[in-house]
Amino acid sequence: MTIEFDNNLPIYLQIMNYIKGEIVTGKLKPGDKILSVRELASEMQINPNTVQRTFQELEREEIVETRRGMGRYVTSKEETIMTIKKEMAKDILDRFIRGMQDLGFQGEDILAAVAESIGTKDGE
Amino acid sequence: MENILEVHEVTKKYSATHALRGVSVTLGAGKITGLLGSNGSGKSTLMKIIAGLTHPTSGSVAVLGGPVGPASKAVVSFMPDRPLTESWMSVGDALKFQRAFYPDFDPDKAQRMLEFMKLKEKDKVNTLSKGMNERLQLTMVLSRRARLYLLDEPIGGVDPVARTRILDALVEFYEEDSTILLSTHMVSDIERIFDDVIFLKEGEVIMHSEVDELRLRHGKSIDELFREVYAEC
Repeated sequence: MTIEFDNNLPIYLQIMNYIKGEIVTGKLKPGDKILSVRELASEMQINPNTVQRTFQELEREEIVETRRGMGRYVTSKEETIMTIKKEMAKDILDRFIRGMQDLGFQGEDILAAVAESIGTKDGE
Repeated sequence: MENILEVHEVTKKYSATHALRGVSVTLGAGKITGLLGSNGSGKSTLMKIIAGLTHPTSGSVAVLGGPVGPASKAVVSFMPDRPLTESWMSVGDALKFQRAFYPDFDPDKAQRMLEFMKLKEKDKVNTLSKGMNERLQLTMVLSRRARLYLLDEPIGGVDPVARTRILDALVEFYEEDSTILLSTHMVSDIERIFDDVIFLKEGEVIMHSEVDELRLRHGKSIDELFREVYAEC
């Protein structure tokens, strides 16, 4: 597992997004056990406290659950995973729409551009 | 939580110059703190005072609530900016010395660290490269089961490969209930392992903050903030 950290952003947020990505793309499956703080810290070469904080935040968002004496697991609630997926999709969309608006595209134009782009891809 | 280190209003004067002015710092358990500052900002002086190698002109230092002295030295492991070794020593001799001096020396941990650092007991200290020598110094210091580790420029003057190895060793062998105070002026390579940072400038603490909070608040890396703070020097 490798992750290029951007030192301009809080590292715990970057690890959170990384783990969310692994869950959404199915590399981590519902109910999978996840690495311990120690293991993840040495694999990512960062401070164990930062990993600890990441897990706390993921627990707060109910993406990860701790089973006493057994470790941490990816939530088995499909709807939580769907929520993360929607949030991540929304982030991508927001960025895309802002980018298109900066280029001068408006609502209908954006839709048309997307439709055309998808159409081209389907045609390939 | 019990404070590992309390530095209260410490001032240090060397004849006419102030090395430190009214420095106050409190560190809790289980944190890796970066002590950042350009050359001559007082980092080494502060570490020497905490380690008990020099006395403050005024102010006080408490380690685990007690004064600096034999009791504090038993729980503080100090890596100074000069080697702890003598030129005639082998790597094995260096570790034996450390073991003889400090009851908290953990021989098993030392062996694991030697392996990790790719050092051999029979290697002679004066044949080690600078990078390998830094690795040995760090092995000696981290092999103690101390409560507070003071590391003065542990990555100073070593190449990027050795630097990465040293940082990996820090993460790998760091005891989560202990505290590390690490001084450096090379911020970018090392900022990913800090919990918080202290900016020392001309002998004064100008900031003590958690790193992810700083990144969140300023949208900048610690290295970039460091460069801004010290630009006008």
